[in-house]
Amino acid sequence: MAEMAAAGKEPEILFWVGCAGSFDERAQKITRDICKILQHVGISFAVLGTEESCTGDPAKRAGNEFLFQMQAMTNIQVLDAYNIKKIVTGCPHCFNTIKNEYPGLGGNYEVIHHSQLIQQLIDEGKLKAEGGESFKGKRITYHDPCYLGRGNNIYEAPRKALEVLDAELVEMKRCKSNGLCCGAGGAQMFKEPEKGKKDINIERMNDVLEAKAQVVAAACPFCMTMLSDGVKNENKEQEIQVLDIAEITVRANGL
Amino acid sequence: MIAQILFIIILAAAVYLFSKNAGRIRRNILLGKDTDRSDHPAMRWKTMAKIALGQTKMVKRPLAAVMHFFIYVGFIIINLEVMEIMIDGIFGSHRIFSKPLGSLYGLLIGGFEFLAILVLIACVVFLARRNILRLKRFRGVEMTEWPRSDANYILIIEILLMTAFLTMNAADHKLQLLNFGHYIKAGSFPVSSFLNSLLPNNANSLAIIERVCWWFHIVGILAFLNYLPYSKHFHILLAFPNTYYSNLHPKGEFTNMASVTNEVKAMLDPSFVPESPAEPARFGAKDVTDLTWKNLMEAYTCTECGRCTSVCPANITGKLLSPRKIMMDTRDRITEVGNNIDQFGKDHQDGKALLDNYISREELWACTTCNACVEACPVNINPLEIITEMRRYIVMEESQAPASLNNMFGNVENNGAPWKYSNADRLNWREGS
Repeated sequence: MAEMAAAGKEPEILFWVGCAGSFDERAQKITRDICKILQHVGISFAVLGTEESCTGDPAKRAGNEFLFQMQAMTNIQVLDAYNIKKIVTGCPHCFNTIKNEYPGLGGNYEVIHHSQLIQQLIDEGKLKAEGGESFKGKRITYHDPCYLGRGNNIYEAPRKALEVLDAELVEMKRCKSNGLCCGAGGAQMFKEPEKGKKDINIERMNDVLEAKAQVVAAACPFCMTMLSDGVKNENKEQEIQVLDIAEITVRANGL
Repeated sequence: MIAQILFIIILAAAVYLFSKNAGRIRRNILLGKDTDRSDHPAMRWKTMAKIALGQTKMVKRPLAAVMHFFIYVGFIIINLEVMEIMIDGIFGSHRIFSKPLGSLYGLLIGGFEFLAILVLIACVVFLARRNILRLKRFRGVEMTEWPRSDANYILIIEILLMTAFLTMNAADHKLQLLNFGHYIKAGSFPVSSFLNSLLPNNANSLAIIERVCWWFHIVGILAFLNYLPYSKHFHILLAFPNTYYSNLHPKGEFTNMASVTNEVKAMLDPSFVPESPAEPARFGAKDVTDLTWKNLMEAYTCTECGRCTSVCPANITGKLLSPRKIMMDTRDRITEVGNNIDQFGKDHQDGKALLDNYISREELWACTTCNACVEACPVNINPLEIITEMRRYIVMEESQAPASLNNMFGNVENNGAPWKYSNADRLNWREGS
C-alpha cells in the first residue's frame, strides 16, 4: 500500500490479509489464492503489509477491551491515512470486527468478506467455474463460520461459490444458523480447551462424516485449522479435503 | 352477597400481592447499569410482534412449537372467559355475556372448550417429555430440584385449572338442561358435555360441583398469577418487553466500552479531553449490578427451556459451561441482592458475587462466542453478553486471564499478531507457492 500511495495511486479495494493469512502456512495459501482471484478479474488492490496489525478481535472476545481499542484506533489511523474506502478480508473475524466494531471508534469502511467478493464476481459474470479442476459430482459440504453466519447473517454468498461447480452439494445436519462452531472462536484458538468429553472440532467431524463429504469447504482460517485437525484425527486425510472457498474457486478456474 | 365480598377481597389481595412482587422484580432489574434501547421503535415493535407474539423462533423444534402454541393461544383466549368470571364474581351475576352475545356466546364457549382440551393435551405431553421420556434438554447440572419441580408445578396447575373449567361447564350445562335456577341455556358445550355422564343427576349436587369448580378455577388463576414472580413462568409477561428491547445489531458485534475509549484516546493523544469524565465503578462485571438492566431483564425472562445449552458447542462436548446456567445464576443472584436490600437496606454487602459464588471461571473461559445460544433463544436472550462482561472483569480488573491468553495479549501488543511472529514477516506469504 505504501508503494502505491508513494506512486500517487489509490487501489479499488484494500485486501486485509489478517494474522492467520499472513503467518499461518495453510492460510498463506488462501491469501495467495485470494490475490489470484483479484488479479484474474483485474481489480486493483493493495495490502498494508508490515503496516497491518491484528484487528484486536481475539483480545476483544477474551475480554481485553483496552488492547482491542488500542489496536482498532491504530489501525483506523493507518486506514484513514491511506484514504481507504473499501476493504475485503480473508477472515470472518477481521471482517466482523472492522465492519461492525470499528465504526463506533471512527473507522467507517465498506467491508466485505472474500466469499462475498467471489459471489459478486460470479453474479457479474466475471468469474465462472471453467478451465480448471472439475468438481463435477464431488460431494461438497460447507461449514459456516460463526462470525460470517450467525454473526453477520451471511449464509448464501459462500454457497453461491459452490453452486457454480456442478458438484453434489450436501448440507451437514447442523448448518446455517444451526451450524456448529469449529471450536476456535472467542480466543479459544490461542488456549487449550477446558476439560470435557472431547474437543469441539472432533464433535464437528460427526457431521462431516455423516454428510459423506469429500470436500469440506471453509471460509475462515481458524475453521480451516480446526477442520483439518479434525480430519487428521479421523485418519481421513486421503478421503476428505478441507478447502477454502477461495481455493476451490481458484482451482475450478485454473488460476 | 357474602360470596361477592369474599371474591372482591380475594381479587384485591391477589392483585395487590402480585403488583408488589412484580414491582420488586422491576426494582431489581433497574439495579442494573443503564443501556439505551430506545432507538428504532418501529423495528422494535416489529421484533416483538414477530418473536414474542408470533413465536417465530419456536418453530425450530416443531413438536414443542405446536404444543406450546396450544397453551399460548389457550392462555390468551381463555382470558376472555376469565374476564366474564371476574365480572360475575364482583356483581354476583351468572354468565353475564351470554344474553347480550346470544348465539355468539355459545360459539365462544365452544372455542374456549376446544382450546382447554388442547391445553390439557399439551400439558400432559410436556409432563411426559420431562418426567417419562426425560429429554436431555431438561436435565443438566443447573436443573436441580427446584427448577424441575417448578416446571412440573406449572404444568400440573394448568391441568387442574383446565379440568376445573371443563367440569364447571359440564355441570352448568347439565343444570341448564334441567332448567335449574338461574342456569340459563348458553350454547352446546361441545367438549365438556362428554363429562355429563360422569356427573351426578341431582340438581343440588350439580350446583355444588359447579360452584366449587368456579371458585377453584378463579382462585387458582389468581394464585397462579402470584406464583409467576417466583417462577420461570414469568416469561409469559417479560417475553414481550424483552423482545422489544432486543439487541438490533448484528450478533457478531460486541459493544465497545465507552469508558475504555476515553482512556485509549487519552493515551494516544494526551490533549484529549473526554466528553463525560465520569469514571465507571469497574470494567466488566463481577456481580449482577455491574450488568445492564437488559441483562437482568433477560434473567427474569428465561424460562429455562435449555435450547441455548443444547446447541452450545462447549456444553455438547462436555465442558462445564451451560448458557442456561448463566441466566439462572444471574436471576438467582439478583434475587438474592434484592432480598438483601429488603432485609438489610440498600448498602448491604453480603460478600458474595456472581463471579465465583455462582459462575466459575472455568465456565466463562469455555465459551467460543459462537452465538449459537443467542440464535437459539426463542425470546432473544443473550447469555454471551454476560459471559463477555465477566471476562472483561477478569482480564481488565484482575489481570487473571489464563496464561496462554496473556501470551496472546502480549503478542498482539508487541508484534501486532496473536502469535509470536515478527511484524516484518507479514509479507512472507508472497514467497510460497
